Amino acid sequence: MSSSQAVLFFFIQALNGVQLGLLLFLVASGLTLIFGIMGVINLAHGSFYMLGAYLAFSFAEISGSLWLAILIAVPLTVLLGLALEFLLFRFLYARDHLYQVLLTYGLILVFEELRSLLFGDDVHGVAVPDFLNFSIPLTDTLSYPVYRLFLSAVCLAVAGGLYLLIQRTRLGMTIRAGAVNREMVQSLGIDIGLLYRIVFALGVALAAFAGMIAAPVASVFPGMGNQILIISFVIVVIGGIGSIKGAFLGSLLIGLADTFGQVYAPETAGMTVYMLMAAVLLWRPAGLFGRART
Amino acid sequence: MTRRLSAASLLPSLVAVALVAFPAVAGKFYLQLSSGIMIMAIFAMSLNLLVGCTGLVSLGHAAFFGVGAYALLLLSPQYAPASLWLTLPAAVGAAALAALAIGLLVLRSSGVYFIMATLAFAQMFFYYANGAKWLGGSDGAYIFAKPDAALFSVAPFKLADNTHFYYVALALMAATYGLLRLLLRAPFGRVLEGIRVNEQRMRSLGFATFRYKLVSFVIAGGLAGLAGYLDAAQFGFVNPELFGWRQSGTVLMMVILGGAGAVHGPILGAVALVLLQEVLADATRHWLLPMGLFIILAVLALPGGLAGLRPPRAMRRRPEARRV
Repeated sequence: MSSSQAVLFFFIQALNGVQLGLLLFLVASGLTLIFGIMGVINLAHGSFYMLGAYLAFSFAEISGSLWLAILIAVPLTVLLGLALEFLLFRFLYARDHLYQVLLTYGLILVFEELRSLLFGDDVHGVAVPDFLNFSIPLTDTLSYPVYRLFLSAVCLAVAGGLYLLIQRTRLGMTIRAGAVNREMVQSLGIDIGLLYRIVFALGVALAAFAGMIAAPVASVFPGMGNQILIISFVIVVIGGIGSIKGAFLGSLLIGLADTFGQVYAPETAGMTVYMLMAAVLLWRPAGLFGRART
Repeated sequence: MTRRLSAASLLPSLVAVALVAFPAVAGKFYLQLSSGIMIMAIFAMSLNLLVGCTGLVSLGHAAFFGVGAYALLLLSPQYAPASLWLTLPAAVGAAALAALAIGLLVLRSSGVYFIMATLAFAQMFFYYANGAKWLGGSDGAYIFAKPDAALFSVAPFKLADNTHFYYVALALMAATYGLLRLLLRAPFGRVLEGIRVNEQRMRSLGFATFRYKLVSFVIAGGLAGLAGYLDAAQFGFVNPELFGWRQSGTVLMMVILGGAGAVHGPILGAVALVLLQEVLADATRHWLLPMGLFIILAVLALPGGLAGLRPPRAMRRRPEARRV
């Protein structure tokens, strides 16, 4: 490999890392929001990612179009989020973390088995939509698939939208206020239950949407939810719980660390992100942007 | 403190007699099943030291279980048995050491960070074992011979014998139970209790709470290593799943189902959950579905766990005897 090719190779890996990071952000931001605002630790968050991927897969099989599949599946996941909040999660707000962990752990088992019953245990692929199914040639041997660039752009747009929603709208203002002091928000006459329901559904939809758009590059397989859940935990621990900014930087950091770990140190690749987390815990136990809280 | 002879005070002795006499009536399957339950009970009791006594919800306790199990694998010669008297302390020591290293990191965080960080570290072990060829990789590895209990060429018992194994597991479970009760009655246990209720207050009373938590974490890790060692010895097989989050979740479920807090609670939880698993797995391949639903319902309906289901008034012990 010539030196210019090595530089290019590095560049490609950096792009991959950023793309992975942006995707992880969609999952981690929901996790951190749900915790920061509702005080609920949701282990089943990875299952929503998995659910999104499987919905995209099955609807794309039926309709033949990934876009149509996403269009149908996103509202479904919002409804699911609302239903789960109403049936289960609202009973958890006042409970100890211990019970939140357990209930959502039970929920993972249920989702995994339903997935196994409905879709089987095989690995599935989802076709990249035709007009994005080409690569940009960089040299004679290296090229970069356009879908990955598209993926990054979509994630960035969603992240931007989330930023605007939270910083610039009335709803965002109440969300931020709810994260700081829920009693105060409630006594100001804002329906905190409704706020929680919206935040939860938003988190579910974000995670599921990530699963849908990632399906063509990451494929659809059992256990995909737990993999992403644990990485998202690492991101939230690194970024600081409840901090969207922290989740964003943490996601990019983890995406890059994981990608470069796979390439340059494949023997210990599985461990790179955890070492990073250990380092952050040593340096700033409450995460990069976190305030010390329990 | 005089104790009246009542049904409730006789219950522990009756249970003890039944446990000792059990091999006389049980077949091979039930002996192995109960040995397995007792191993899980040790594991669950060790986690309860963190969850129920110190208030540290760890979702990565399987890490130390796995270290204990893999320690036996590494210390066993390929086809010959290893010495029980060497490998058992070594496995417990290795798990305690791992708990020390991880504890130093994760105990810097608290609450929900602690939950996530413990899970992530256990997952680190999982991925390492999954990729490491010298540990058997994702397929796991067999331990062909059970540890040898011979001491100066006299073997007081043989682990390969199901009845002997049962008694060893029973003895170690009883020892773990006794150790934990002693610890919790000692001033050390009082401090842990204080940390669980209000760590800030304990700190302002002058206790170095970090050190207490670390010692608690290391003891719990060592005991989990003991359980992992026994598990590997019983089944003669280890794989990365031993480190997995499902293992951590199951044992946490045992602790809570049994009722976190009471020392004997996790034993009840282990019995209930292993039996439930056994029944469900017999009935359907998708047994995790009813298991998951059961867990969800248990959380919603049983805030105090099985130990929180109070006996009828006549059997209830008087308050001074209810100390942990």
